[in-house]
Formats: sequence, structure tokens, C-alpha cells
Amino acid sequence: MAGVISRKRYDNVPRTDSAISEPLWVRWLLTSIAIGFLTLFLLIPLVVVFHEAFKKGWEVYLASLQDADAVSAIQLTLTVAAISVPLNIIFGLAAAWAITKHSFKGKSFLVTLLDLPFAVSPVIAGLVFVLLFSTTHGWFAPFLREHDLQVIFALPGIVLATILITLPFVARELIPIMEAQGKDEEYAALTLGAGGWRTFLSVTLPNVKWGLFYGIILCNARAMGEFGAVSVVSGNIKGKTSTMPLYIETLYMEYNGSAAFALASLLTLLAVFTLIIKNFIEWRLSKNAHS
Amino acid sequence: MGITVTYLTLIVLIPLSAVFIRSSGMGWEAFWAAISSRQVVASYKVTFGIAFLAALTNAVFGLVVAWVLSRYRFPGKKIIDALVDLPFALPTAVAGIALTALYSRTGWIGQYFYAAGIETTYSQVGIFIALTFIGFPFVVRTLQPVIESLDADVEEAAASLGANRFQTFFQIIFPALLPALVTGFALAFARAIGEYGSVIFISGNRPLVTEITPLIIVKSLESYRFPQATAVACVMLVASFILLLIINLLQRWSESVGKART
Repeated sequence: MAGVISRKRYDNVPRTDSAISEPLWVRWLLTSIAIGFLTLFLLIPLVVVFHEAFKKGWEVYLASLQDADAVSAIQLTLTVAAISVPLNIIFGLAAAWAITKHSFKGKSFLVTLLDLPFAVSPVIAGLVFVLLFSTTHGWFAPFLREHDLQVIFALPGIVLATILITLPFVARELIPIMEAQGKDEEYAALTLGAGGWRTFLSVTLPNVKWGLFYGIILCNARAMGEFGAVSVVSGNIKGKTSTMPLYIETLYMEYNGSAAFALASLLTLLAVFTLIIKNFIEWRLSKNAHS
Repeated sequence: MGITVTYLTLIVLIPLSAVFIRSSGMGWEAFWAAISSRQVVASYKVTFGIAFLAALTNAVFGLVVAWVLSRYRFPGKKIIDALVDLPFALPTAVAGIALTALYSRTGWIGQYFYAAGIETTYSQVGIFIALTFIGFPFVVRTLQPVIESLDADVEEAAASLGANRFQTFFQIIFPALLPALVTGFALAFARAIGEYGSVIFISGNRPLVTEITPLIIVKSLESYRFPQATAVACVMLVASFILLLIINLLQRWSESVGKART
């Protein structure tokens, strides 16, 4: 695959003179290693999902997606994402805005707190909500029992765990963009008499719309695909609290590989779609930057 | 502002502090017993040891990939570049079953390893494969902007002073990339020690051999041994905090090296 690299292709690259570039054989070798590693570790796993999903033909594929438990898993996943993603969008906007456009005490602590969900194991993200809301061992157990509320092994627990895991994505996409833009435009708007809200809606928001869009897409992909945290809080009751990733696990453990991979192929398509959007936005941004 | 603080407190701060408060209520001896049993210690070794090897592998190949993607041109480069982010976007459970299918005894890749006597699934090698997969983008994505911002003048100067390309790379370029490389390594390592979804399918989960620490927490919870789960989670959290702190320091180092160059 790497063999097609020819000397001619490098002619229009800015850095071609031999003093600051590697000999051809080194470039060839490094490119082959890179492409080989990526093919082996990333491309083939992607292909294998679809291969396994369609191994027994279209009928089996479609039938596994129409199975009642699979449908209910898809519905639950969509519901969870529909609740947790909007909440994290609002939070992400508020957090990025507070962090980049204002200065206050304890800001670096806030940023660290924001990054924590990246560093914490998903299993622990699930565990913390069990510690709080379990009806047998949780802090709020008496209260929950008294009011007959169920958080763990139910939708609220799944939503909470998903929110915690996907919390940084929108904010993390927005912060660098907002930082790069500085505060000048907002000050200008405020001086011209616009209120805080108006400034935010007609100056800050339009400036970050592409970053926000990607943040949302990424947050959504992670929300729909979250496994570790959700598996701890959901109890994985088939047809009730089983999300798509959890049902994939169930099917896989029941040696129903085709059905597991059929469901997995949907999440894989979502991941591929997310990557396409990301590259489209980067292309848009670089085009804007050039013009 | 108010939203930010309230939300972070409710969703992140209170839940995570629950782990520490719960553990502190256990008493030191029970806590120590929970985190130092033979099975748990074996899981630390598996988790941290293999995560380290996987991050190291990612550092080496990530450097090559980042270099090739920022400096060379070849057909299909855009697609390859986009593919790097796949482990960020692909659900871990999907990655887990895909890698298991691929590396099993009858899998496309696994058959060759098994023929050579290397068991790539239900073994520590399997855990290594999964952790390498999920940690890969971190090194590439931390290095790429740094490589792109390198000043060609410095390389030209080195060359005009008689350095050959290898000398230039190891004495001029590599030191400039080192902080970012270490940061990427630390990020991949931090991600790998907490990983659960992609590992449990491929690891086989045999106690003492291929059982990772997050799985210990899940198993303890499933058998209602809450104190055990909490205590082990406490150890993992402290490890994550320390790593986060180191990563923050590394990023500052990275920035200062960047500034010193310009």
C-alpha cells in the first residue's frame, strides 16, 4: 500500500530539500510502519465488525435488529442520550463561558474538576452513584425506600452515570476556541449596550458554533456507547435497563455473535459518522482561517 | 457560573468524595485488608504493568504515525488521519468484541499468532492489545500540533552546520518533542488503567492472571461486598489523581519548552 509513494508526489511539499528531510528510504519505511500499524490496529477491527454482522446474511442481520429486546435496548440508549446530552450542552456552554470569559478564584480547581471524568475509570463513575443511591447500601437509601424511588437499576442511574462520563466533552471542545477568540468582541457588544444574554447569544455563540456542533456529536457518541459506568448502575435487566452496549455484551456472552455484531455495527456507524463530521468541521475551520 | 459550579459539585465532586468518605468509615485495618489481598494485588500488577507496556508501545508507534502524518504526503493520508480518532469514538464494548473476534484462535489475525504459539485472547497479550487500541490516539494527537509548529529554520541551521539528518533528529527535533511525547504517554497510561469495556471480552478474566482492577470493583459490587469495592476504587482514584497532577505538570513543561524555542 505504501509502495505508491513516489518521489514526484513530494515535489509540491514545502519541505523537500534533502537537508531538512529524511532520505527516501526512511520516509518510505516510516510511512509503511505507520500505515501498517493503523491498518492492523484500527482499520481491521472496524472491518471485522461488519464482516461478523453480515456473516449469516442480511436476513439474520435485520432479524437481530428487530428482536424485541434489541429494539428496547436501542430505545433506552436513545432516551438516555436525549436526556444527558442536552444537559451536558447547557453545562458545557456555561462552563466554557465562565472559564474563558471571566476570571475568578479557584478557576484552576474548576478546570481540574472538569477533567476528572476523563481520568476516572468508568467503573468508578458507576460505583459512586451506587454508593449514593443504592436502596440497600446507599447514603440516600432510607429516603429512596420511603418514597419508593429507584435510581440504581433504573433509568435515572443510567442517565446520571452517562452524564458524569460525557460531562467534559462539550466544554473541552469550546474552551480552546473561546480562549483563542478572547474577550474583545464581547466587550464591544457590551459597550454598544447589549445585555449579557444578548451578547452571549449573538456574539459568543455564533463564534463557536462549529466547535459546539462537534462537541455535541462527540458527547452523543460517547453517551450512546458508554459501557463500564452504565453496566455498574443498570443491573442489565433485559428489555428494561439494558442499553445497546450492555445488550451487545449479553448477546455475546450467550454465544449469539451475529446478533451482537449486528447491534455493534449500528454503534460503529455512529462512530464513523462522528469521525466524518469531525473532519468536515476541521476542513471548514481551516477554510475559514485561510480566507 | 452558578450553573457550572452547582453542576460540577452535584455530578462530580459529591459522588467522588463519597468514595473517600465511605472508605474512611471502614477503619484502617479493614481498608488495608481489602486493598492488599492477593487477588487485588495481582490485579494491580496486571492493570498497571500492561497499561504501562501498552502506553510505551503507543509512544513509539504514535511518534512514527504523528511524524508521518504531519510531514509526509501520500495517497489516503486524510482517511488515515481521520482513522486515528476511532478509539475515541468507538464504544469500548464494540472494540472489545471486535478485537476478540479478530485475535481469537480462528480470527483473521489471531490464527497466525496461535500458529506461532502466542495466545492472543484470554491472556495478558489480549489485555495488551485492547489497551494499546484504546490509548493510541492520545500520543498522536498530543504530538501532531507540536511537530507542525516546529521551526524549519532550526533544522536548516543544524544541517548547514554539518549535522546529518539523524543527528538533527536526535539532537534538535527529539528534545523539542519530548515533553509532548511524555504527556501523550501519560494520557494513554491514565486511560488504560481505568479501562474496562474493551478488556473484559478479550482477557478471559482469570483471577490472579488476567483480572484487571476495574473488574475487581465490578465483581465486588455484584456480590454486594461494598466496602471492598469502595476501598479498591479509592486506590484507583488516588492513582488517577496523581496521574492527572503529573499530566498537568507535563503540560506546563511542554508549554515552557515551546516558548523557549520561539
